[in-house]
Amino acid sequence: MSSNPAFTLSEVSKVYSNGTVALQNLNLSVGKGEFVSLLGPSGCGKSTVLRLVAGLGQMNRGNLAWGTSSRQKLAFVFQEAALMPWATVQENVRLPLKLTGMGKAVAEAAVAEAIALVDLRGFEKSYPRELSGGMKMRVSIARALVTHPDVLLMDEPFGALDEMTRSRLNSDLLNLWQQKKWTVVFVTHNIYEAVYLSNRVVVMASRPGRVVADVPIQAPYPRTEAFRMSPLFNDYCRDISERLSLAAQGVGEPPGEHPSRYNVVDSMA
Amino acid sequence: MSNSFSNPPTDAANRSLRPSTSPRWLQALLSPNVIAPLGVGIVVLVAWELGVALTQTPPYILPGPFLILITLVKEWGSLFPSLLITLQVTLVAFVAAVVSGLFVAIVFTQSKWIERSFFPYAVILQTTPIAAIAPLIILWVRQVVEGDQATFISLVICAWLVAFFPILSNTTLGLNSADHNLRNLFQLYHANRWQTLIYLRLPSAMPYFLGGLRISGGLALIGAVVAEFVAGTGGTRSGIAYQILIASFNLQIPKMFAALFMTTALGVMIFAVLTVLSDFLLRHWHESAIKREN
Repeated sequence: MSSNPAFTLSEVSKVYSNGTVALQNLNLSVGKGEFVSLLGPSGCGKSTVLRLVAGLGQMNRGNLAWGTSSRQKLAFVFQEAALMPWATVQENVRLPLKLTGMGKAVAEAAVAEAIALVDLRGFEKSYPRELSGGMKMRVSIARALVTHPDVLLMDEPFGALDEMTRSRLNSDLLNLWQQKKWTVVFVTHNIYEAVYLSNRVVVMASRPGRVVADVPIQAPYPRTEAFRMSPLFNDYCRDISERLSLAAQGVGEPPGEHPSRYNVVDSMA
Repeated sequence: MSNSFSNPPTDAANRSLRPSTSPRWLQALLSPNVIAPLGVGIVVLVAWELGVALTQTPPYILPGPFLILITLVKEWGSLFPSLLITLQVTLVAFVAAVVSGLFVAIVFTQSKWIERSFFPYAVILQTTPIAAIAPLIILWVRQVVEGDQATFISLVICAWLVAFFPILSNTTLGLNSADHNLRNLFQLYHANRWQTLIYLRLPSAMPYFLGGLRISGGLALIGAVVAEFVAGTGGTRSGIAYQILIASFNLQIPKMFAALFMTTALGVMIFAVLTVLSDFLLRHWHESAIKREN
């Protein structure tokens, strides 16, 4: 997967001004078109990784190398929808284009497309306060998609939603990912979500923030509800859960050195 | 209430027809928001009238509300032009305070250093008692400008001094209150300073700015009146404060009350207009202006 990386973080350390070591000697390579989840307890620095990749904040040590010569177009989805409450859905989605100086008429088609992709047609003129939590999150995703990004960084985007909305948005996101071939880095503390969505689940531990396991999820896409119910899915969840609790006790293993315990299952559909 | 639950389609239909129907207007007038304070007012006025009549208090100590009303009508010709002069001072000072307050707040929030260096002086400006420095201001302005114009300008400066700070302080707070995630988003898309100001910080500051506006509107009027008291000028362009002052010298207490009542009513009107403006501008998104249906 990493033969054609979108970006590589090497030996990255980040210390906050209050002395908290958010990350220590972190190595992470994300392949182009890969869907990678960063999973770990709160305070393990997974959001920090995302912010560093986005260029929001400086690392104290290490570096970030982009796979291609031209800088990739990034988009960020926050845990809160982070919409402008004074602007309609349409204006919120148009914001990134407006900031690049694109005229309203030119942006119109892209905005309409992004709104259609997240299934919000008919709500263009609504204000955020008129929408449910799940719909606000869709607007936030549409805003990220409108620039046709190469890399989508998502920071616990569905963390505040109820379980049903969350799984609906999860499968919608997977469908979009398969169409658009983005590289996705998805931060979550939900094991099931991570396993369901990802090519790879990167397990992190805290104090200091580091990678303790890198688990490839070898199940084919498209992933259906049947995958969620399969023994394979359960095995992955149990395995990752064990790694998380081991990490919490301070017994980690270096990334990439664990034996692969799973075979590729092609019968899944 | 129960009607709106049992019959939602009708409710929705009413909402879409909102502006044209007059019963709704009448309903608003009959709502508890209007009826309750009106009731209190009537009770107080009746008690006042009865108290004055029963104790046979002479009008030069305390006139009854009815006498004040009669005086107001009788003296309208002399009081109303004065009120307009005060209103003029108030409006000019208020507009100046809004423009300067907004501008200085924007300058302050461009750099922490500017804010740190100058904000204390803005506070000093606010805490200096206006009545104490009004004579100085009048004195200074008269050095530069001649005649009636000098008084007008001094009064405007005094009223501006009082009205300026709430706008500055509220707007500065508002400009610094933009949502953290949205700020990151703007940074991610390489928004420049100007875009961040126009598309993010100013809209975020709007509710705060409008709150400052409501405080400043009343303060501008108070500043104008206080400064007029101190200036104590007669002449052709004397304001309502001068009328209050002269009436009290001449023991025309009912006239004094009438002038006082007019000033207060003006203050309430300024507040009401600014509240309507605020609700209108924030109607789509801010909690303060949204009609809750639950």
